[in-house]
This record gives sequence, structure tokens and C-alpha cells, in this order.
Amino acid sequence: MNDFTSSFWGYFIAAVSLGGIFYCAYILATQMKFKLKKGEKAQVTGHVWDGDLEEYNNPLPGWWVGMFIATIVFALVYLFLYPGLVAFGNAKGWSSAGQYKAEIVKADRQTDALYAKYMAMPIAEVAKLPEATQMGKHLFQTYCVQCHGADGRGAKGFPNLTDNDWLYGGTPADIEHTLKVGRHGQMPAFGAVFGEEKVRDVANYVMKLSGNPAYNNVRAERGANTYAQVCVACHGTDGKGNQALGAPNLTDKVWLYGGSEATIVETITNGRNNVMPAWQDFLGDGKIHLLSAYVYGLNPEKK
Amino acid sequence: MENQATYNYKVVRQFAIMTVVWGIVGMLVGVIIAAQMFWPELNFGPYFHFGRLRPLHTNAVIFAFGGCGLFATSYYVVQRTCNVRLISDKLAAFHFWGWQLVILLAAITLPLGYTQGKEYAELAWPIDILITVVWVCYAIVFFGTIAKRKVKHIYVANWFYGAFIIAVALLHIVNSLVLPVWGTMDSYPIYSGAVDAMVQWWYGHNAVGFFLTAGFLGMMYYFVPKQAGRPIYSYRLSVVHFWALSFTYMWAGPHHLHYTALPDWTQSLGMVFSLILLAPSWGGMINGIMTLSGAWHKLRTDPILKFLVTALSFYGMSTFEGPMMAIKSVNALSHYTDWTVGHVHSGALGWVAMITIGSIYYLIPRLFGRDQMFSVKLIEVHFWMATLGTVLYIASMWIAGVTQGLMWSALNSDGTLAYSFIEAVKASYPYYFIRFLGGVMFLSGMLLMFYNVMRTISEGKAVDAPIPAVAAHA
Repeated sequence: MNDFTSSFWGYFIAAVSLGGIFYCAYILATQMKFKLKKGEKAQVTGHVWDGDLEEYNNPLPGWWVGMFIATIVFALVYLFLYPGLVAFGNAKGWSSAGQYKAEIVKADRQTDALYAKYMAMPIAEVAKLPEATQMGKHLFQTYCVQCHGADGRGAKGFPNLTDNDWLYGGTPADIEHTLKVGRHGQMPAFGAVFGEEKVRDVANYVMKLSGNPAYNNVRAERGANTYAQVCVACHGTDGKGNQALGAPNLTDKVWLYGGSEATIVETITNGRNNVMPAWQDFLGDGKIHLLSAYVYGLNPEKK
Repeated sequence: MENQATYNYKVVRQFAIMTVVWGIVGMLVGVIIAAQMFWPELNFGPYFHFGRLRPLHTNAVIFAFGGCGLFATSYYVVQRTCNVRLISDKLAAFHFWGWQLVILLAAITLPLGYTQGKEYAELAWPIDILITVVWVCYAIVFFGTIAKRKVKHIYVANWFYGAFIIAVALLHIVNSLVLPVWGTMDSYPIYSGAVDAMVQWWYGHNAVGFFLTAGFLGMMYYFVPKQAGRPIYSYRLSVVHFWALSFTYMWAGPHHLHYTALPDWTQSLGMVFSLILLAPSWGGMINGIMTLSGAWHKLRTDPILKFLVTALSFYGMSTFEGPMMAIKSVNALSHYTDWTVGHVHSGALGWVAMITIGSIYYLIPRLFGRDQMFSVKLIEVHFWMATLGTVLYIASMWIAGVTQGLMWSALNSDGTLAYSFIEAVKASYPYYFIRFLGGVMFLSGMLLMFYNVMRTISEGKAVDAPIPAVAAHA
């Protein structure tokens, strides 16, 4: 409840809130005593507007008054249990964050055993168990689909997890490590360093590396020189990349952002910056173990 | 000044006709975005995209359709219940043309992508300033006319119109405070983070409370007793529910931010005041519906009265639904689902639009020297189309919303979510078509109304009613 630097605001909030509630109760009280006697009919007030607009003065309907009072009583009780009047503190110690944590602890207690069962088994073995795969799929559909898609095939900028092509390695240990601590892929921007022409030259060489026949031979030859001086540091002399750095293999047909000349030019010019979040703190080891097995099992050759 | 012995009906006529025109425009945009939800390929380019058309729809129906309806009726009601002409025809004319300019600017800037990103307060800062100027003129004309009244007591409809004018001025100014980037349409909000969100929903919920509720209750308090030919049920109830409503609505905003970064105490206060709001809201419904006691038979033959009474029923229903949805555990199910959209439309179509339509049907013949509308039968047809359209809309959104809420929170035995988001979208898909149908039906009714109004006008002649001598003991 320490949202304020001065205790004044607590009293201010309590005063205006209770003032509002008691004001409602007060105007209700001033009008609710009036009742009609048996058989008595309500009279008009005697005021007339616009020729024929008049008002009866019927008493307030009893059920309506009861409903009004009930909501006021409920409000006061609720404000005590789930503190809304800052000045009066928090007798029951309730907070939404505390409620959330308690629910998580309770939920974890129910499911921990399920996950613990697989922790002792190697990931490659877990991937073969149908019920573990089903649980992994549930986890994947909850936490991973937003980027990697319901079928795990990814999207532009989000890796396809089903093609056996790995930026950071596809062994069970690699996958588990990626999930736990995340990855941060960076391709530096070379637009300013190379200039437009040189960028296109390198792009054509990269197209040649990947076996895209649409490349321009003259440009590709010029680009090869630049590649050998600069790009080689991460992508290697043969262009097969480096999984320790997350530098992609440029000799295959798998593209994270696209393999057209325009897209490769864009990638080299502006660079790329990509993040896989770290999940260890949020999911815990048990769920990550199962998820790793599921992702491992998405690649058919491994089965 | 024109002839002092008549009421200024000119500005009422202008606003009344534009109510129908903007109603059609705003609801047409609504039907288009409903269609885009069902046929996403209808999102053409940036200017015709859902994200830009949706604020155009909300602004058009609330501030163009609803606004013009409120201005037309409030100018009519304040003159007739005060027995005096508006204090300034020129200011009233400025109000009309200024407001049309605001609407036009909104219709241009929103599709172009100029927005402050605050719901129902999207318009860029230069337009916000224009709104403020126009609104102050409106307040001067309205309250100036009340001050000059020839009858001692202020009629209850004017309390509500007055509360609407004052509260909306306060809300609009406080929520629109920004640091403008000179020479551009852009600006920086002066609030940040959770405070900004709280100010926005203080505004947002009171836009519902004072624009869409208090203002239209003012309408109700004049046109229901007039059309029914019966006195208002209870003056006492008017007093209690007016003050309780005005006092309580101001607090209810935090229920839009349950389970967010808003402090717990704020959420608790927002929830209990939303609950307390139930009785004051129902006070208006009771007063309206009970006014019909002794005149129920008129409902059979009078489609205008049908509009007014059905509006009150939807008002009662959505002001029950609202407090229930404000309860945190209910909100956990309903928040972010289409249930909210359904709730808004049971208020917007069922209450706001129907009470306005009924009132405009009452006004048009009187403004153009006719005894009744060109075709009463067409009003009857319009009534059934509007009712059916509303029911289709809200029922489909209830089903879609509750389905989404249940699917989102369904868990597998291993503690994971049972459904991915897209599965809930798939489950909602058929209901988006039913919602579209409901919208088409409601819009078609408005087109009938347009035809009926145009025929009535062409057969009639604009008249300004003479101001009668004041009744003896008003």
C-alpha cells in the first residue's frame, strides 16, 4: 500500500471515498422515510412545464432502497477486506500480487510431480514418450506459439523449429540451454561501412553460396573479396556459419529473414537484432526439460 | 435576434437532421469493420484498415450521432421547459457549425492515422482545442437560457443535460492535456504509465456515464412523459438517483483496469463504486418505465413509445450487466473478450440509439409543422429492425465473449492452457457473422428513418413554435 510518499494521501482517499458513499446513503435516508398510507394515491408536485409535464411524488420503491443499501454495505465490507481506503491499512494483508503467488504455488504443487517424473530421464528418451510429448505440446501451445507458430514452423525473424537447421545447435543440451538462458542474435549493420554497391556485391556472393542461380556473377566475384575480409569472421570461410555465435549457415536454402537479393541487401545494410527470451525463471527446470524434448522431437530425423 | 416570441427551432432542426445523417455514416462504418472481422481481406491499404476505421466508428456514433441528438433535444427541451428562447442564436449557430467541423476533421484525420491513441479521445490536439471552444459556447447557451427561464423550478431533464455538459467539459479537458509538438498534429501526454491509464479510463468510463447516460436520461425525462402523456413517476426518485448517479459514476473508471498495474486500492474502489452505481442507474429506468403506468395500452399502437420503452429496458439490462462485469471475479472471465463489446452495444444500440431515434421521431413533425411522421407504419418497421438487430448483436457477442473467456482460462491437468489463442478466434468466427447481420439490420432501419424524415420534411414547412404564456404555478 506504499504508493505514496506522504501519508496525507491515504487520509485524503479515505475521506473522499467514504464521503462519497455516506453522501449516497444520506440522500437516500432523506427520501426513504416517505410512505403512502394504505389506499392513498400519490399526488403530483404541482409544478407544470411546457403545458403538461408534471411529476408524481411516489415513494421510493422498497426493493430498490433495499438494493441500494445492500450495495453500500457490501462496499464497506469489501473495502475492509480488500483494502481500498489507504489510510486504514491492510488488516488482512491482502494484495493482488500475493493472491497471484498463492495461486501459482497451489497450481505448482498439483503439477510438480508430473514434471518431476521426466526430469530424471534424458531428453532424447522423453521425446519418445507419447504422454510427455502431449504435455510438451501443451506447454509449446501456451508459451511458444506466439513467435514460433502453432506448428513450430516459425515466421520471418522467428526460426522454424522443425527443419533440423539450428542456429545454436540442435542437440538436446543445446536446445535446453537456449530455452533456459535465451539467445541474442546480432548481425552488425554494414551499410555505412560498405556503401550501396559493395553491399549488393556481397549479397550476390551470398546468393551464390546458397545456390540461388539468380545471382550476378560479376558482382558475386567482387563480393567474394569483401566476404573474405569481413563476413568470414562469423560465417566462416566456407559460409557454413558458426553455432557458437549463432551465425547462420549461408550455404543452405534456409533463411530467417528471406533469401531474395532485396532482403539480403536489407540484412547486410541495416543488420539484424533478434532475441529469444530466457525462460528458466518463469517456467522452471521441469517444464523446460519437457519443452526441450518436445522441440527436439519436432525434427523427424532425430526420432 | 429574430422574432422574440418564438422558440429557436432552427438549430434544433439542424442538429436533428444531422443526427440521422451521422447515425447512418457512423453505423455504416460500424458495419464495415464488423465485416472486416469476418472477412479480413476487406482491410484495404492503411486508410481503410480496421485499426483506423474503428476509432472513426466510435467517434462518429458517440460524438456525431449521439452528440447531435443530445444537442437537438437539449436545445428543444431547455427552451420549452424554461418558456424562453435560447439566449443567443448566433452562439447556437456557431455551436452547430463548429461541431460539424469537428466531425469533418475527425473523419479526415482518423483514417490518415492522426491519433492520440486514447480510446474515445483519439482526436489530435488542434481538434481537441476546437472541441473545447465549441463546448464552452454550448454551455453558455444552455446555462444562459436556464438563467433566463420564466418558470421557477428547473425541470429534471435539464438537471441531467446540465450534469452532462459540465462533466464532459471537465473530462475532455483533463484527459486531453498534452504538450503539443508545434507545427504538427502530434503531442506528448502529460501523464505517464499507470497514471495515464487511470486518467484515460476515468475519462472513458465517464464518457459512458455522462455523455451516453446522463445526457440521454435528460432526453428520457422529457420525451417519455410527453409521448406517454403521463406525469413522471416520482420526483423523489429523480432527486436521489440524480445525485447518486452524478456522484458515483466519477469513481467507476478503474474497473476498466482490473488485474493490471493499477494499484490494488484503486481497483477495489473502482469495483465497489461500480456496484453502488446499480441502484442509481435503475432509478432512472424505474422512473421512466413507471411513468407509463396508466398508459400501457399506448404501447400497442405507438411505435415511438415502443422505441422509448425498449430503450429503457436495454438501459436497465446494461446497467445491471455493467456492475456485474465490474466485480473482479466476473471481470476475470469477461475482460478483453467480446462480451465487453456486446455490453457496450446493448447500451449503445439498445439504450442510446433507441432513445434518440424515438425522440427524433417525436421532434421532426413538430419542427416541420406536421401532426405526425410521413409514415407511422415505417416507424413500426424500423422499431422491429432495430430491436432484432440489437438482439442479434448482443446475443452473438455474449456467446462469443463467454466462449473466449472460458477457452482462455481452461487448463489441462498439467497446468497448461487447454487452448491456443487462435482456437478461441476460430470458435468466435461464426458469431462475427451474426454480429455483422445484426449491424446490417440496425443500419437498414436507419435508412428507413432517413427516408421517412425526408418525406416528412418535404411535405412540411419549417416552423418556429410561439412561446406560450407561462402557466400559473409552474
